[in-house]
Amino acid sequence: MTSDTGVHAQAQARHRATGRPMSTGRLGDKIFVSAARGSGILVLVIMAAIAVFLVWKAIPALQKNEANFLTSEAWNPNATPPKFGIAQLAFGTVVSSLLAMLIATPVAIGIALFISFYSSRKLAAALGYVVDLLAAVPSIVYGLWGVAVLVPHMEGISKLINAVLGWIPLFGGDGVGKASVFTAGVVLAIMILPIISSISREVFLQVPRANVEAALALGATRWEMIRLSVLPYGRSGMIGASMLGLGRAMGETIAVALVLTFVPGINIHILQDGGATFASNIANSFGEASQTGRSALIASGLVLFVITLLINMAARAVVARRKEFA
Amino acid sequence: MAKRIEVSGLHAYYGGVHAIEDISMTIEPRSVTAFIGPSGCGKSTFLRTLNRMHEVIPGARVEGKVMLDDEDLYDSSVDPVAVRRTVGMVFQRPNPFPTMSIYDNVAAGLKLNGVRKKARLDEIVEESLQGANLWNEVKDRLGKPGAGLSGGQQQRLCIARAIAVQPQVLLMDEPCSALDPISTLAIEDLIGKLKNLYTIVIVTHNMQQAARVSDKTAFFNIAGTGQPGKLIEIDDTSKIFTNPEQKATEDYITGRFG
Repeated sequence: MTSDTGVHAQAQARHRATGRPMSTGRLGDKIFVSAARGSGILVLVIMAAIAVFLVWKAIPALQKNEANFLTSEAWNPNATPPKFGIAQLAFGTVVSSLLAMLIATPVAIGIALFISFYSSRKLAAALGYVVDLLAAVPSIVYGLWGVAVLVPHMEGISKLINAVLGWIPLFGGDGVGKASVFTAGVVLAIMILPIISSISREVFLQVPRANVEAALALGATRWEMIRLSVLPYGRSGMIGASMLGLGRAMGETIAVALVLTFVPGINIHILQDGGATFASNIANSFGEASQTGRSALIASGLVLFVITLLINMAARAVVARRKEFA
Repeated sequence: MAKRIEVSGLHAYYGGVHAIEDISMTIEPRSVTAFIGPSGCGKSTFLRTLNRMHEVIPGARVEGKVMLDDEDLYDSSVDPVAVRRTVGMVFQRPNPFPTMSIYDNVAAGLKLNGVRKKARLDEIVEESLQGANLWNEVKDRLGKPGAGLSGGQQQRLCIARAIAVQPQVLLMDEPCSALDPISTLAIEDLIGKLKNLYTIVIVTHNMQQAARVSDKTAFFNIAGTGQPGKLIEIDDTSKIFTNPEQKATEDYITGRFG
């Protein structure tokens, strides 16, 4: 009885504050409210639990670590004394993911533009479906495809890039490999294509008809209309989409683990064999790691968790900012 | 630069829906022609066939002839993009490009036409804004976003954008229906001034407006829901509003229906 009146008083207070009608206080209402609120809280609890778990499990290894965790390139947590740092993993993760984003974004936006403005309705529906299907392909399949099909074919492309763009240190170095960070970036690019493309498509769908017609009525061709109306309107949405793709690329594990051959140490020449990412390193080493080794891997997972969290938050912020203009 | 429009046997469709049926009329250069009629009678659809904007809607198509002087707009050799550069359009809701400044809004069409020289752009932008009676209000803030202007100013900005490319014809689709009376008056004054230079066609729901601004008035009607819209009659505005030929026109303008 007391709780009932308490709820009622709360509802009245909320009503006064927001002008929204009070809940009727019926049973179904109460169940729905608590179910919805419970689910919302559950998400926060899970996030917090993951963060706490990672920190808690990471601490033992970090305390025993004899090397600098952030700057050391070596990963020997199973040795005595354990020496490990995330520098190489961070480099591999960031470079392969950025590369994936740079390759995927223009293609994905091109796909989205084609589906939204160039193709016939039937083709648009079919293409949209196929692109979304790309997202449904299991990542192990991408990994196997990468190893079996893409890796053997990467040598020629890598050599070409090395020859033409070799003056950029990233693409320089003598001799190129196939199981390189670059190849991993290409596989990742294909994997993040669907998310960037489908978010861009949603953004393009929201471009007001009035803006599109304004451009067309001025005598704009379709491409000029896209440049005048669609791209300015969708700019922040597209940035947000590519950053979400970046976040996804960073966490991708198995495909990268299959493609890369581990060579210790940061290699700035990303066309050469070698490299590792946070996720591929965890997948490759977790099985035979000692207790400290596992704890060290969890510590590296914590860093990945923080990086992807920051990128996703930034992406959401960019996407949300667009709404103020709309 | 104004041209005569001669429409004959024009039909427009949305997919399987027959929207307007067999319309023929002549629109004189340097005059204002108003289209009136109840909602859904096809006057906006007809207006949009005059610059080939009808067909940008998926599934929409047009049959018949629209002659602009001696060129058929629907000839297979005619590029709709070129038509729209000759026949400008102002919409019901002001639609300046939201991310562009006032200056860039007016210059947008010029840039599409390949005008690149800053001095030339400056000149035409000023001329067009003056032509749209907006120059004095915005000359000190040309770099500010066009979306920051009032509704009436935005609509005049859209008119400036349309006339900047010096079209032969200016189509206006209920240009005042989203505006307050004072802005409406400003636009009507502007129409009176622009008709010395352009062929103007205006769709309006406001019969007083049609009576005030137009030289000729065309009345459109539909027989019933799902039926195609038809042109009932077109004549001098004074005649339509005092002594129309058709009973339906008289019923409409005297408020007996619609």
